[in-house]
Amino acid sequence: MQHRGIVSFGAYVPRRRLARKAIGAANAWANPGLASAARGDRAICAHDEDSLTMAVEASRLALSALPDSAAIEALFFASTTMPFADRQNAGLIAEAVSLPSAIRSTDAGGSLRAGVGALRTALDGPGDTIVVASDKRLTRPGSAQELRLGDAAAALVTGSEELIADYLGGTAVSIDFTDHYRTSDSDFDYQLEERWARDEGVMKIIPPIVQELLDQNGTAGEAIAHFVVAGLGGRDAKAVAGRCGIPEGAVTPDLHANCGDTGTGHPLLLLTKALQSAAPGDLILVLGYGQGAEALLFRATGNIGKAAAMTGTDAMLESGVADDNYLRFLSFNGHVAMDWGMRAERDNRTAQSAFYRHRQTVTSCIGGRCTACDTPQFPMSRICANPECRQTDTQQPEPFADKPASVKSFTEDWLALSFNPPLVYGNVRFEGGGVAMLEFSDFEPGEVSVDAPLAMQFRIKDIDEKREFRRYCWKAVPPRSPSPQSKGNANG
Amino acid sequence: MAEGIRDKVAIVGMGCSQFGERWDCSAEDLMVESFGEALADANIERDRIEAAWFGLSSDDQGPGKSALSLSSTLRLPNIAATRVENMCATGTEALRGAVYGVASGAYDIALALGVEKLKDTGYGGLPERTKGTFEDLWFPSVTAPGSFAQFASAYVASHGIDMDQLKEAMAHVSWKSHENGALNPKAHLRKRVTKEKILGAPMIAYPLGLFDCCGVSDGSACAIVTTPAIAEKLGGSGPLVTVKSMQLALSNGSEIGHDSWDGSYAMTTRIASERAYREAGIRDPRAELDLIEVHDCFSITELVTMEDLGLSDIGRGWQDVLAGKYDSDGEIPCNIDGGLKCFGHPIGATGLRMVYELYQQLRGSAGDRQLDAPTLGLTHNLGGFPNKNVCSISVIGTC
Repeated sequence: MQHRGIVSFGAYVPRRRLARKAIGAANAWANPGLASAARGDRAICAHDEDSLTMAVEASRLALSALPDSAAIEALFFASTTMPFADRQNAGLIAEAVSLPSAIRSTDAGGSLRAGVGALRTALDGPGDTIVVASDKRLTRPGSAQELRLGDAAAALVTGSEELIADYLGGTAVSIDFTDHYRTSDSDFDYQLEERWARDEGVMKIIPPIVQELLDQNGTAGEAIAHFVVAGLGGRDAKAVAGRCGIPEGAVTPDLHANCGDTGTGHPLLLLTKALQSAAPGDLILVLGYGQGAEALLFRATGNIGKAAAMTGTDAMLESGVADDNYLRFLSFNGHVAMDWGMRAERDNRTAQSAFYRHRQTVTSCIGGRCTACDTPQFPMSRICANPECRQTDTQQPEPFADKPASVKSFTEDWLALSFNPPLVYGNVRFEGGGVAMLEFSDFEPGEVSVDAPLAMQFRIKDIDEKREFRRYCWKAVPPRSPSPQSKGNANG
Repeated sequence: MAEGIRDKVAIVGMGCSQFGERWDCSAEDLMVESFGEALADANIERDRIEAAWFGLSSDDQGPGKSALSLSSTLRLPNIAATRVENMCATGTEALRGAVYGVASGAYDIALALGVEKLKDTGYGGLPERTKGTFEDLWFPSVTAPGSFAQFASAYVASHGIDMDQLKEAMAHVSWKSHENGALNPKAHLRKRVTKEKILGAPMIAYPLGLFDCCGVSDGSACAIVTTPAIAEKLGGSGPLVTVKSMQLALSNGSEIGHDSWDGSYAMTTRIASERAYREAGIRDPRAELDLIEVHDCFSITELVTMEDLGLSDIGRGWQDVLAGKYDSDGEIPCNIDGGLKCFGHPIGATGLRMVYELYQQLRGSAGDRQLDAPTLGLTHNLGGFPNKNVCSISVIGTC
């Protein structure tokens, strides 16, 4: 039988890390009990990020580690916080990462288990598949969840060749155990008592399927080198490991200290960490939990050394910026109605027919390269932008998303509407040719300078409140380390 | 090459409304105000006007599309009237239409009127506008100060000076405009300000502070043009003022789409001014121009324009500004009426307002701000953004 397994991965954690101390302090008047847990940071989306934009970034990183992303046959997107209920999010992600249209794409949700579930579906199926899971987790101000949760995405490419981890098998159980829930029209989880959730849920649902998986593979808990389990809290994860005979030291740290529990993508996020610390032959057990559980077993191959060059959770966590502005965090998530002035009354209607015509430019960041003078240009146009050329209909599609770039000129505009003022934008110079005026994101005032390096990221452009639509575009951001362009993306 | 329009058209009447926050006035009221002054100045009957060009930029904030509001408001005698719009060059475009109409021989007497009623938006700054169904999808939602502010970061990078040095020169530009505007009874902003106050003002779009930005104003300006022969017969007071040249240059996508432009200057100003000097027969603009009215939408725009017009060496404009070369008592007084900064910037009227000031200065009727016997002046508009713009240059002088 053909081996199936993991070929590559990419993790994305937003740059901004909110100090839990700021959450605790702001809410002490209402819930003084939060203070004792208000330690460390949680990852939070910028004003123009959501589960879809994070998924695009994680996917790009996973694909950039492949020699050829053209082999991808399917994209699965798992999330409980998809921006669209009926407009396929996976299809939009696929176009944003410039996958060919002849692929299968599927959205999977409904449970925090959906990420591991989608991974198993990909492993059980044929062909090279990219699985990406992501959540932007809204939490009620002053709640324990506000401290505990975080925002992030992780992507894994599954296939049959050049595997860094072999898939050995999986087990699953589906039980309608409701330790928390969120209805379709609600923003926030309703959380039940943690002791009940642990004693009747976690400790009774997980051990049997782990045991079943170990038995199926003729191994024992003590042979597991990496136990990837999310959403339980560090103490409970160790307790479950103990119940399953897995050494406590094998439990992959849950990233509570500087990220938080990021939901559907969290097991995959932890898996990137496990893969980067695995040695050839290590057994990795991944658990998805929620209304039952799903357990997957992997063995690191001789290629596992390649994982070190991929972008995993650690690289993302090392490149964050501290943030202690709780009010801004509330505003980013729509919890306070700031006065943005009359400029916010602008009608952000999208002409869908125009968007469809131009989606290669807008969604895929594809410009043109003139075949007569070899000048890259963005956007593509009928007549070449080079004043020395001006040939008509000579341009071929030229991907710009992965080109390193730098600031040519810029401003920090306090007059323009931005939900994270100032609106920063400027003329951008792409390496190898091509210029464009673009919006910047993730820069704080005073951070931008002429010639500063830039990378491109897919972000929310505008939200049309009137029609409940959101549109996306590519913006220039400070490069994270390591950056996708340093990997020699096949698209680039 | 075409021979151009040098001295083929004379300006015989001009009017300009009070600029400012004209809460009590509609666009129509402003039009009547400037038209009445021009008609009286030309000393002609309304029915002698044979064609009209109407400059209006934001039709959604003012009297609507087309030139019908012009024709109806002024009760023009069912003549040809056309609305023109070309961003901040709109007022000058109206004049170009009228001047070309007369120069071509199609009309003996033509009217150019520009108006803008900006203060009905309910907020400061220019009205929000869509950039079209394509650019709205991906292009930043820029403002005018944010776009022009980028001249500064690129200028600093290109010429290797400190932002603090440039900011000081920019503050001088604004200080000078306030000094000049204080002497202009029709100006929007008439208070003098210190350089310390300018430098300490709140940031609008880095590095532009509040005083680096021009006023957003209501206003109207108007010109009546004819042939020099008819002008002589009309026998107005003062020397005959004629149009020496009118040139327009539009970006073609090179600046925004090709790296051959470094962002520190307006390519179109360089092109249009060269053509305008040639059409007007100017060989040495530094020696021949007595005064200039330039598009100081922002202090940095005026500063780089001094270089783009060839009046300062490239990279040295900031030093000339600080040395007072463009002050009211300098070699080439710039924006002696207060400029966009203090006279105000009702977009559709601005180009005509600049010509109004030259007309007053050339005829010796500029009151407290009158310069010593000028004979040749230049106006300049720069509409749009530094990387995608419309530039108009006109040279006006005595004959």
